[in-house]
Amino acid sequence: MTPLLDVAELSKRFPVAASGSTLKNLRRRFTRAADEQSQVHAVDDVSFTIAKGETVGLVGESGCGKSTLVRALTRLLDPTAGSIRFSTRDLSLVPARDFAKDRDRGRIQMVFQDAGESINPRFTAFDAIADPVRRLKHLSGLALVETVDKAARQCGLPTELLGRYPHQLSGGQRARVGIARAIAVEPELLVLDEPTAALDVSVQVVILKLLARLKTELGMSYLFVSHDLSVVRLLCDRVLVMYLGKIVEAGPARAVFDYPLHPYTRALVAAVPRLDGIGLAKLRLSGEPMSPIDPDPNVCRFYGRCPRGADICRTQMPPLRRAAEGREVACHFAAGGA
Amino acid sequence: MTAVPALAVEDLSVEFRTRSGVVKALEHVSFAVGKGETLAIVGESGSGKSVTAYALMGILDPAGRITAGRAVLGGLDLISASASQLADVRGREIAMIFQNPRTALNPIRPVGRQIADVLMRHGNVPRVEAPARAVDLLRAVGITDPARRAKAYPFEMSGGMCQRVMIAIALAARPALLIADEPTTGLDVTTQAVIMDIIAELAGESGMATIFITHDLALAGQRADRVVVMHAGHVVENAATRALIARPSHPYTAELIAATPDSAASLDALASIPGSLPDLRRADLPPCRYSERCPRKVERCDAPLPRPALAEHFVACWNPL
Repeated sequence: MTPLLDVAELSKRFPVAASGSTLKNLRRRFTRAADEQSQVHAVDDVSFTIAKGETVGLVGESGCGKSTLVRALTRLLDPTAGSIRFSTRDLSLVPARDFAKDRDRGRIQMVFQDAGESINPRFTAFDAIADPVRRLKHLSGLALVETVDKAARQCGLPTELLGRYPHQLSGGQRARVGIARAIAVEPELLVLDEPTAALDVSVQVVILKLLARLKTELGMSYLFVSHDLSVVRLLCDRVLVMYLGKIVEAGPARAVFDYPLHPYTRALVAAVPRLDGIGLAKLRLSGEPMSPIDPDPNVCRFYGRCPRGADICRTQMPPLRRAAEGREVACHFAAGGA
Repeated sequence: MTAVPALAVEDLSVEFRTRSGVVKALEHVSFAVGKGETLAIVGESGSGKSVTAYALMGILDPAGRITAGRAVLGGLDLISASASQLADVRGREIAMIFQNPRTALNPIRPVGRQIADVLMRHGNVPRVEAPARAVDLLRAVGITDPARRAKAYPFEMSGGMCQRVMIAIALAARPALLIADEPTTGLDVTTQAVIMDIIAELAGESGMATIFITHDLALAGQRADRVVVMHAGHVVENAATRALIARPSHPYTAELIAATPDSAASLDALASIPGSLPDLRRADLPPCRYSERCPRKVERCDAPLPRPALAEHFVACWNPL
């Protein structure tokens, strides 16, 4: 079966100015060719697929490149290299500035982190949901009203509330508006960027269940970006763990969190607070991640923070290799690795 | 609980006067925290957990008014203390760290200088020694290359680093009580674990009492000795952590545990909490503010609640689990 989304060898690098505006640095900045300039490797050679109807979680610390990856997938910025095949078409060939008018634009939609801040404060809930429908489906009049009402109903948002502005809605209602505006254009892939991070647990539960129900009802696929591993475990079929621009582990969510193979995943899982208080393992990451500016391509990105850190780790970058049970891991020493 | 608590809060009530009526934000809040003990105050937004901290620190919004209660710290009642007494106590006896450290730090002053300021003001450290002591404190909170970092401005540091600086400032004068208001919200789980380790370690060394405020019951369950659960301005349950998580007595505590993602094996098993917070401006608020959404409501629930006596396991409910 061809996957809905097939991302292959995707990279995004940003040029950076050398620090300090000395005359020497300035001269270097203006004279060196673009490829000689220092670069932040935000996303580095990332490949993965999302099947139809699948929920894939993307986890990692802030600064690991999650947002850059998402922005490349939703075609808000152009990747430096690699391909993004959606259905059968390579979307990476469409420049980001043209994608807003592209015919496939409505097929990938995004739900942003804090609906209170991502919805235009001068739009009513109706306008917020209607805006993408007008632009992408070119509906107006009664058809527009019907589409908006339907999306609102599907998200459990009472139609009486559609005339309200964001500040007149509760956090949970705003989250519903954010979801309704994304599903109103009937996307096939929904990218959710920490959709419940700003919500209380009691509201979070309701929104998570809503998302699970919408997925089955509308047959969408989800890419669920979060740093709350407990939520990812409940909602996702598969999970990708990112560290400094690279996917270091991938596999079925349950398996990855119960038996992490990569030392970074292990530390990440150990840091998640547990209700029962057990598992407060003294497994802590020391130090800061290495700089993402021009990292040595032969050194494992986790080297220096990794408790293992052998010689091979700084002479050879471990590739993402297949492990048992549909799992993948990028570590020379991962148990179950090839 | 130790015989003489570091801080004993009794019957604390706070109101806010707003244009649309008086908000009864806290009512009869009581709890105590012992020396070296870590107490977590857990609740959803609007439960009054931050208001409690602000009332103790004497930094309530001008619209807020403490209508009743005592909060005794080392023989001094913080509620009836004069402004100058409070100014002496803050920073020296009680310190507070806030959510979002970047906005709590002075953006145009190097972090080392900000720590030195507190040392000179509250720690009786002479001006000439302050910068070196500031570097020591940065080292104590696990900042690598502290001498160089002391010269950095907040914008040059990550969120986790800024929070470490806040901790260094809070602990500069070796306070008897630390109030941490959502100290790790917005930080990565790995950073959160490290920050919580640092707080626990420093508190253990000096016998400092810690009150930490969080919406994350799992974090409280892992890090606190006791947990106070708040709902709509009331303390609904106050118990030793293990007992509270394993055998919650108040229906709201049980619901909160069932809604915590960590507690469930699947999404279906995760329970939502029916209803929403009552409007705290209402004149006809029932004695139990949870009763209108409570599945275990009985006739007696319309009677005044049992008062939060400082029992080992207190529950503000007439029909507990």
